[in-house]
Amino acid sequence: MIVSLERRANLTLTRRIGIQAGSVIAGALFGGLIVWLSGYDPVKAYGEIIGGSFGSGYALGQMLAASIPLATIALGTAVAFRVRVWNIGGEGQFYMGAFGATGIELVGGPAGWPSQVLIPAMVAAGFAAGAAWAALPGALRAYLGVNEIITTLMMNYIAILWVNYLVYGPWKDPQGHNFPFSPRFPDNATLRPLGLGQLHAGIVIPIVAAIVFLLLLSRTQWGYELRILGENPSAAAYAGISIRRNVMLAMLVSGGMAGIAGMVQVSGIVHVLSGQISTNYGYTAIIVAWLGQLHPMAILVVSMLFGALVNGGFAVSQAGIPQALGVLLQGVILLFALGAGDLFSRYRLVLGQAPGKKRAPLLPDDRSALSAQP
Amino acid sequence: MAAASDEGMSPHPATGHLPGTALAMVGIDKHFGEVLANASVDFSARWGEVHALLGENGAGKSTLMSILAGLYRPDNGQLLVDGQPVVLHSPKDAIKHGIGMVYQHYRLVPSQTVTENMLLGLPGAPLRLDTRRAARDIEELSERYQLRVDPYRPVWQLSVGEQQRVEILKALHRGARILILDEPTAVLTPQEADALMRTIRHIASEGRTVIFISHKLEEVRSVADRVTVLRAGRLVGSGLDMAEMSARDLARLMVGTDLPGRIRPRPRASGAPRLTLRRLCALDDRGLQALRSVDLTIHAGEIVGVAGVAGNGQRELAQVLTGMRKPASGQVFLDDIDVTGAGARQMALAGVAHIPEDRLGEGLVGNLPLLDSALMKSYYQPPISSGPFLNLKSAVQFTRGLIARFNVAGATPRTIARLLSGGQLQRFLLAREMSMQPRAIVAVHPTRGLDVAATHTVQEWLMSCSGEGCALLLISEDLDELLQLSDRVAVLYEGSIVAAVDREEADRERIGLMMIGSYQPDQVAV
Repeated sequence: MIVSLERRANLTLTRRIGIQAGSVIAGALFGGLIVWLSGYDPVKAYGEIIGGSFGSGYALGQMLAASIPLATIALGTAVAFRVRVWNIGGEGQFYMGAFGATGIELVGGPAGWPSQVLIPAMVAAGFAAGAAWAALPGALRAYLGVNEIITTLMMNYIAILWVNYLVYGPWKDPQGHNFPFSPRFPDNATLRPLGLGQLHAGIVIPIVAAIVFLLLLSRTQWGYELRILGENPSAAAYAGISIRRNVMLAMLVSGGMAGIAGMVQVSGIVHVLSGQISTNYGYTAIIVAWLGQLHPMAILVVSMLFGALVNGGFAVSQAGIPQALGVLLQGVILLFALGAGDLFSRYRLVLGQAPGKKRAPLLPDDRSALSAQP
Repeated sequence: MAAASDEGMSPHPATGHLPGTALAMVGIDKHFGEVLANASVDFSARWGEVHALLGENGAGKSTLMSILAGLYRPDNGQLLVDGQPVVLHSPKDAIKHGIGMVYQHYRLVPSQTVTENMLLGLPGAPLRLDTRRAARDIEELSERYQLRVDPYRPVWQLSVGEQQRVEILKALHRGARILILDEPTAVLTPQEADALMRTIRHIASEGRTVIFISHKLEEVRSVADRVTVLRAGRLVGSGLDMAEMSARDLARLMVGTDLPGRIRPRPRASGAPRLTLRRLCALDDRGLQALRSVDLTIHAGEIVGVAGVAGNGQRELAQVLTGMRKPASGQVFLDDIDVTGAGARQMALAGVAHIPEDRLGEGLVGNLPLLDSALMKSYYQPPISSGPFLNLKSAVQFTRGLIARFNVAGATPRTIARLLSGGQLQRFLLAREMSMQPRAIVAVHPTRGLDVAATHTVQEWLMSCSGEGCALLLISEDLDELLQLSDRVAVLYEGSIVAAVDREEADRERIGLMMIGSYQPDQVAV
């Protein structure tokens, strides 16, 4: 008997979700096996992880709070990925957004601006700073064909070092015992906590953004252009859709969303600007967007799963299981979800005889052969 | 490896094998789905000769040679190499029998050096590659055949001509006694082509067989000893002695002499100039001159056909006229308005409809519902758009209208486009372009791959458009179609319009000669 892979013709949404869920479960089982082989109780480990994210209101709040920046960045990333612009500079755009928001906060916070004015101004500044940071690699890609993967990645380091320079230098809190932090945000510059762990009012941002994204895709001209361009760039050119314009727009939106995420993080969780406001949110969001198949609602769900994994890592270590195993579990689950989920979304296993010796035509120029009249 | 010998050219009593015959293909049939690419084709070549395989696009040349190179299995027929029947399961088998093919699209790894590419896939490659020895071999070979390449250069740095040399060297290095070259000069400069011709002669002088696929008559005549001609998958001339064939004979064989069947009644009331090209020049994707100072006028209500072998500028001509390629110089007028350099959107808005060559890859979006394909030319205009939004209700209504108009049975706006047949897709695309109420239409191979009924529908539709005063530029590889529909036929050869002749004066032979660059104005007066 032969086991072979066969390309799937079409995949319904439910089946696709089923495959992704199955991959996550298979990853969890495999991870459990490793935990068991290391001499720990896998049931207990998973109990801690689940309890650490869903066991109490506090845990739930922590989980949701961790998912906010991931979801916000990933939604923007998905816009770029949909037009095949590989913006992996979410991390840098996140930092720039935090920088932009803090810049406004430093003016309006101590001056006592009402939060109804200050918070929207900070959101706008975060968006603008993140978008501006993405505009440069976007323009290089659109007009000069410079590979945006390299430029966006490199600009991450510049952004992080820029923020570090500010918090070690001009923006350092004079009363901060020489720690590299900006002055603490006053209440009018912080997003209101919701009473569940660190969860704050910023949760509305990814939810609203996901709904807007969904409507944008299905109901607007721009969404239509994104759809055609993402599916078939030649057809887009044929329809007169400007690829340059869409590359620029997609970069601006994805950078801007990452910038808003940076604003939400400093205003909702950290309450200061520092060089350590992100634990690789910008990179993790790439995985979130991909796992969510670039679909806004799926991205919300996946980012909660990731929030749970992050929180679970802490919970595991508190239960006497080495934290390294917690990290390992995250890695294994991810690997299964990304690798196996993607593989089986595109192929299926066929048991039995190898499919007949049907060979697809190999010569690109077969079309001319096909057009021969019998 | 035997040198060609003219002595004792009598068939072997048992096998029918002529001494000196390198290979014979007997009764080859090959189908691709419904389409017959080769129908009981015989082919044979001798050692030490250059044998040309001539035919129009889609005549089945590449298919026949891909069978010989082990890429396809024939449905029927037999292969003999040196008089022995062989069955080729793969290109590897073919190489074992000394058959090597250089495809039109090279099969090299760009990031690897010339030497590494040569070693790739060699049988019994050890873990450690002896690149130095291989490089020496390559230098020796390239010296011997005047195929200059640097063995240590990575392939991506090489010009197209150099890459071709690598492919030829690769085949020789593997011991090819029968070398197949598929349209080798299509990508070369004239100087490179001349050098290649000398190399081909040299290879043949060593007793090897070179099979040369081409549709350029001049070079075929300059290099080949014999020629085999295919038309529409069938053999029309087998192993003819080149010295005895005139260009006119070959052209006639290639395009046939049959009269076109049904001819469009000629309106002849063609109106004012609608689409005017003046000294239009354009570059292709590689930056080479694709259109050379094209002058052409298409009047309202007129159909102008463009004949020519693929790759002579048809694609670029269509792209320039539909705003998808910027001209290098020259002008384009629609009515009296200068539309030179307008983009695809502006051209569409100005009233130029476009039936592209690749209907599923360009004109429609295969993986999305028909609705999305329907809106490609109208999503930015009311009533489909309202402000930045799409009016989904009128979008659905519009799509239903297109489906109804061309009677695409069973389709709804939610049907995924690629599930429809070629004929249905083309009808849908036509309906969409028609909905723009175009002033001019650029149609590229509009009936390619369609069955008889769909072809008929499409042609009827194109004629009715011109009847309504639309100017139509019809680019086609099907000479019958061009002669049936066109009021005038223009022939593109190497980016220039050789001639634009009235239908009454257009006969197949003359057009055939023009298509292969053998047209002399004094030969046939215009």
